Amino acid sequence: MDSAVFVSVILSVISAATPLLLAATGELVAEKSGVLNLGVEGMMLVGAVVGFAVTLTTGSAFLGIVAAAFGGALMALIFSVLTLTLLANQVATGLALTIFGIGLAAMMGASFVGQPVDKLPSLYLPLLTDLPIVGRILFGQDGLVYFSFVALGGTIWFLFHSHAGLVLRAVGDSHDAAHAIGYPVIAIRYGAALFGGAMSGLGGAYLSLSYTPMWAEDMTAGRGWIALALVVFATWRPLRLLLGAYLFGGITILQFHVQTMGLGIPAQFVSMLPYLATIVVLVVISTDRSKIRLNAPACLGRAFHVTG
Amino acid sequence: MRLEIVPRGERSRLWAYGSPILAIALTLLTTLMIFAVLGKDPLESLRVMWIDPLTARRGISELFVKGAPIIMIAVGLSLGFRANVWNIGAEGQYVMGAIFATGVALYFYDVETFPVWVLMIPAGILGGMVWGAIPAFLKTQFNASEILTSLMLTYVANLALLYLVVGPWKDPEGYGFPQTRLLTAAASSPHLIPGTRIHLGVVAAVIIVILGWFLLSKSLLGFKLKVAGQAPRAAAYAGFSTKSLTWLSLLVGGGLSGLAGMFEVAGPIGQLTPALPTGYGFTAIIVAFLGRLHPVGVFFGGLVLALSYLGGEKAQIALGLPAAVTKINQGILLFYLLGCDLLIRYRLRVVPSKRRAA
Repeated sequence: MDSAVFVSVILSVISAATPLLLAATGELVAEKSGVLNLGVEGMMLVGAVVGFAVTLTTGSAFLGIVAAAFGGALMALIFSVLTLTLLANQVATGLALTIFGIGLAAMMGASFVGQPVDKLPSLYLPLLTDLPIVGRILFGQDGLVYFSFVALGGTIWFLFHSHAGLVLRAVGDSHDAAHAIGYPVIAIRYGAALFGGAMSGLGGAYLSLSYTPMWAEDMTAGRGWIALALVVFATWRPLRLLLGAYLFGGITILQFHVQTMGLGIPAQFVSMLPYLATIVVLVVISTDRSKIRLNAPACLGRAFHVTG
Repeated sequence: MRLEIVPRGERSRLWAYGSPILAIALTLLTTLMIFAVLGKDPLESLRVMWIDPLTARRGISELFVKGAPIIMIAVGLSLGFRANVWNIGAEGQYVMGAIFATGVALYFYDVETFPVWVLMIPAGILGGMVWGAIPAFLKTQFNASEILTSLMLTYVANLALLYLVVGPWKDPEGYGFPQTRLLTAAASSPHLIPGTRIHLGVVAAVIIVILGWFLLSKSLLGFKLKVAGQAPRAAAYAGFSTKSLTWLSLLVGGGLSGLAGMFEVAGPIGQLTPALPTGYGFTAIIVAFLGRLHPVGVFFGGLVLALSYLGGEKAQIALGLPAAVTKINQGILLFYLLGCDLLIRYRLRVVPSKRRAA
């Protein structure tokens, strides 16, 4: 493979992995606090449409990205009010959030279908970006790609090296004990869920502003669900999330290359790859029950209510 | 002054039934507000969406035609949800049922004397069951979450559908459109009432509601499902196997979804097209909850959601609202329902605000 092809493959893997990494990092933090939000797909879609609409109307990609994070967080707020304050079932509420998000995004985006937007600007550092092979890969990405790594690093530091992160994990593992010590269980879960929503919003914005700079209905195509599966794949450990997101980025890109190789495999079968891979990965990870039990937050998906 | 949430001693029967009604009322109110914001006359819009579909010619019969597949799927799902088996891939099972049934119809395309639809029924059920069996196998054998696997399989089923209609099953005389031949009269669900589109599938949905009610209320199996969901440990002590309940939930849910898919291609749609998956599998999740996971409740819940589909279509034409309004309404309805369900297990108490210590 000549180096130009190699570089372009790596670049496309990065861009396919970034939305997954962003959304999965947010969901991981939410799940660590005990909140299982299955609405990632809906939050990503709202982020995608809000990011696109704001960028197009204001001309500022930065504003668009901020708005997308805000939109995703607002969606997570609906989820949080229902599950944390009104003690609704988290699985059902997450599904409702996805159904609602698909509809809301489609309605907000109806007038934007088919319109082009400028792709997010890439970093350019003289000399560094011009380096052979590694130049474009390391020094030529757009802001959200770098942010996905910063957010992952920040999450690792926060969860495992800060006191606040310790408290958040305690809330996820034993909300009764955390409450007895005096930590505000519900407030912490609100915070974690909103962070998850904002990150999903950013993942969506990456899709509509960089991956394919346009808006189309259901453009996330199940990535929200794949992000959820990645959290299980990573057994709730952030660094493994990086591995998972890039593995799936690779599978997504493999799909396009298989199609152009002309092997005679129908395009639809090749498009099944990421979904089938998700199932395979889930099966492989879940088979070892002790691994899941040891790493999953013990209170994941369980409502907390102070009695007495 | 603030509101406090206080647990009730036991579940409130009143609110178990009151919550869906309150949720529907709140959804209507919210829809009114959305219309006002969009600059439409709220009352006029309400009439177009919720009354006109019923008073239109053949309105009631159309409501049942629309509701039948949703009700079928939701009865199956509600059995599973009771046992905490979260089959959210009903949409894919519905598509698979339609694919299997269409396969039979196309295989016997030249047969005119024999009612091919009789063979399509088991084919549709089988298709849905196969697609439901995969998550059941992966769950019981490898502990993989049925939520994620069944959903992933929905994308796979949709792609399989697309492959068939642009590839091997494409109508040779269809001017290149991605769809199969129109199914023959022998492969169509029989029409039952002249002048309406009521077909065998509608009757099948009613029968399934009755069977579902019987299963849940009168059989040991129904009892097992209830116990497994409400008290998993008690179920384990009683020797009820979670594995067999998982299999049962996904096979019944899949089979009924497949049957719904079969009746859609053999009935209102008449051929396999990429437009087949319209989200009935997801709407059925809402219907299952709205119907209190009970087949009779599901019947009425299914009709309400069918009305929201018909109303959404009317709103598109008469008010120029996007099709997505239906989905938004459905999402809002489920939000309100889940919120109102708080009142089943808790009551609200107004607490006078305490004076803060200085």
